[in-house]
Amino acid sequence: MSRNVRGRPTASVSREPDFEGTWEYAPAPESTSHLKIDPRYGLFIGGRFVPPRSEAWFDTINPATEEKLAKVAEAGAADVDAAVRAAERAYEKSWRRMPGKERGKYVFRLGRMLQEKAREFAVLETMNGGKPIKESRDLDVPLAAAHFFYYAGWADKLDYAFPGRSARPLGVCGQVIPWNFPLLMASWKLAPALAAGNTCVLKPAETTPLTALHLARLVEEADLPPGVVNVVTGAGATGAALVEHPKVRKVAFTGSTEVGKRIQRALAGSGKKLTLELGGKAANIVFADAAIDQAVEGIVSGIYFNQGHVCCAGSRLLVEESVHDLVVKKLAQRIRTLRLGDPLDKNTDVGAINSKAQLTKIRELVDSGVRDGAVLTQAACRIPARGFWFPPSFFTNVAQSFRIASEEIFGPVLAIQTFRTPEEAVEKANNTMYGLSAGVWTEKGSKIFKVSQQLRAGVVWANTYNKFDPSSPFGGYKESGFGREGGRHGLCAYLEPV
Amino acid sequence: MSAVLSPSVDQVALEERAAALGKRSIKKEAKVAGLRLAISLCDLTTLEGKDSPGKIRQLCAKAVRPDPEDPSIPSVAAVCVYSDLVETAKRALAGSGVRVASVSTAFPSGRVPLPVKLADVRRAVAAGADEIDMVIDRGAFLAGDTRLVFDEIVATKEACARRDGSAARLKVILETGELETYDNVRRASDLAIAAGADFIKTSTGKISPAATPAVTLCMLEAIRDHWLATGARVGMKPAGGIRTAKQALHYLVLVKETLGADWLDPDLFRFGASSLLNDLLMQLKKERTGRYRSDEEFTKD
Repeated sequence: MSRNVRGRPTASVSREPDFEGTWEYAPAPESTSHLKIDPRYGLFIGGRFVPPRSEAWFDTINPATEEKLAKVAEAGAADVDAAVRAAERAYEKSWRRMPGKERGKYVFRLGRMLQEKAREFAVLETMNGGKPIKESRDLDVPLAAAHFFYYAGWADKLDYAFPGRSARPLGVCGQVIPWNFPLLMASWKLAPALAAGNTCVLKPAETTPLTALHLARLVEEADLPPGVVNVVTGAGATGAALVEHPKVRKVAFTGSTEVGKRIQRALAGSGKKLTLELGGKAANIVFADAAIDQAVEGIVSGIYFNQGHVCCAGSRLLVEESVHDLVVKKLAQRIRTLRLGDPLDKNTDVGAINSKAQLTKIRELVDSGVRDGAVLTQAACRIPARGFWFPPSFFTNVAQSFRIASEEIFGPVLAIQTFRTPEEAVEKANNTMYGLSAGVWTEKGSKIFKVSQQLRAGVVWANTYNKFDPSSPFGGYKESGFGREGGRHGLCAYLEPV
Repeated sequence: MSAVLSPSVDQVALEERAAALGKRSIKKEAKVAGLRLAISLCDLTTLEGKDSPGKIRQLCAKAVRPDPEDPSIPSVAAVCVYSDLVETAKRALAGSGVRVASVSTAFPSGRVPLPVKLADVRRAVAAGADEIDMVIDRGAFLAGDTRLVFDEIVATKEACARRDGSAARLKVILETGELETYDNVRRASDLAIAAGADFIKTSTGKISPAATPAVTLCMLEAIRDHWLATGARVGMKPAGGIRTAKQALHYLVLVKETLGADWLDPDLFRFGASSLLNDLLMQLKKERTGRYRSDEEFTKD
């Protein structure tokens, strides 16, 4: 008290920072004038856009405004069949015969064109999916391009991927991707498949088809042989028709564990190769000897990045009991600085929830947490009148038996639990049906190695979170799926050694 | 000093957070308000061997009225000079409300015995300095003698007392460019705060690197932890290397999103800078007229 600044008595003053205050940031919306969205999009089959034989269309919207953006074709079984056959023809006639060096040029070209049109793709991704423009601009699009560049480099080096053996492509790949990183997931799927010499039929998620369709335009402009890449839009039935098509040799799916299990059942005995990248309930473990302020940043990016619509989100915080109160206090203050609102505003940190269905699911799970007796803290954001929104939230007093501690919420909701010893931290972290990712925060290097060796998770981040690189494999244990994407491992999923 | 250990600082994550806050887009009315605010937070500084009474008088005129064409533009917070020029500055600023800050304790190296440092401080305070910018003994800090660093700050704080019972406010310069690691910066910040600093300040401006967003964030976090623990508010002064309006706005964002708007106040935040003021004025004029003007239109004092 004695060192207090003149005229500022402390006894009566709250210790809550005033983050609104006198100096407010003016709106800084990203321009959309350079983006042209067509009123309707057909299916991209055999190198051109065609109307669906099903004659069915559905609307795709902007989840931040609920306004319709475009009409999109809903591919039926006949459309999927046409796409698979186009891919098979392209595989037999051109792509598998093409020297790797030449294939690599096409893949590289896609990366280059994506970079050139980065703003168009970032704005479109944000409008169709609800994610903040700063994330689509700084992460989704650059990382998508990086995947094309990385795998372009492998195309003429496949004989060196498996020392002592050569490798050959599989054929037509059916690839079904989710709505949380639509363009990025398309690049994760297409880049290694094409570099390895396969042809693709890609099915984007029902709510976020637009960037995949604009990527199909790039494929057209890049002059890839017709049929090497096909894009069929639609919902679950379209995806099912694709993965079950007899001419598909390889299925790659990223999405929910529930659908992943259905796909695995459907494919049993078919001889198709399968990789699944499914849900997660990752533990982010903060030890008392961590750099606490930076750990709080890691907790925030772990769970509130992309509204928590991240399969590897750090959705369970395990914090050492001795620093629990401090971390919770700092986190509560930090989430008050998160700016929720117009995803196109360059200062927005938290965008819109991707769909009404997802918002309902988040609400339902949060209600269950409250009913179970967990204590809910939410940022007091102004929620826009239209669109789907959920404020950054966390639960304390969470027991391992609560649904919010075991089920994937896939929203900006964190469950906080405590532990006392490293052994207990590892036990709780592994006590889940999932095993996609985890985080470890400690300044002690030996502890990082010891703990991460014991964690049953495909990716373990130490003193950071949600960092991705095309050269680094990504994938899960247990119900988080199998197979790896990224790096040489990701390439192997699209090849067979001979 | 307090026996509580300073928390560790993770370099990568700290720099990442500081850089992320640099991406805030400050436009239109927020930009104008931010630029005006930044002017009111400046410690307009001259610390050269060739400083003379004439130079100080000119600088003081600029400090009181930064833009003669636009009287609505606020005065800066203080003028910062060497201790022998305090009287000159004090006379030139009389009645303006602009304070006089004096660097002291054998600034910038501080490599003289403590009695000499304290004599330097007492002289500046007696001459009317409102604020004293001291340097810590970095050699002692790096040699592990934190007790000596602490005691010197306490002694300097005592030397800031005036006869009437009031005291000059004490800014403690850590010279972060010589401490090198964020762990050191954090420990030195905690130590200076515990010893009674009213402000903690990054740099003398004589060593490179001087202020950076990341080192400032590291120090703001120390201030925040102290405030949350005790309720006492310590000020922050990044100094050196802040030359552009864009940089200044980045620092304001760091402060606002770490400590809140309360700290955007001359009592709790300052820029130590000499050339920044003209860029702030130029950007303000550009916002008003839509055009950049020749730098010859802005006085070079």
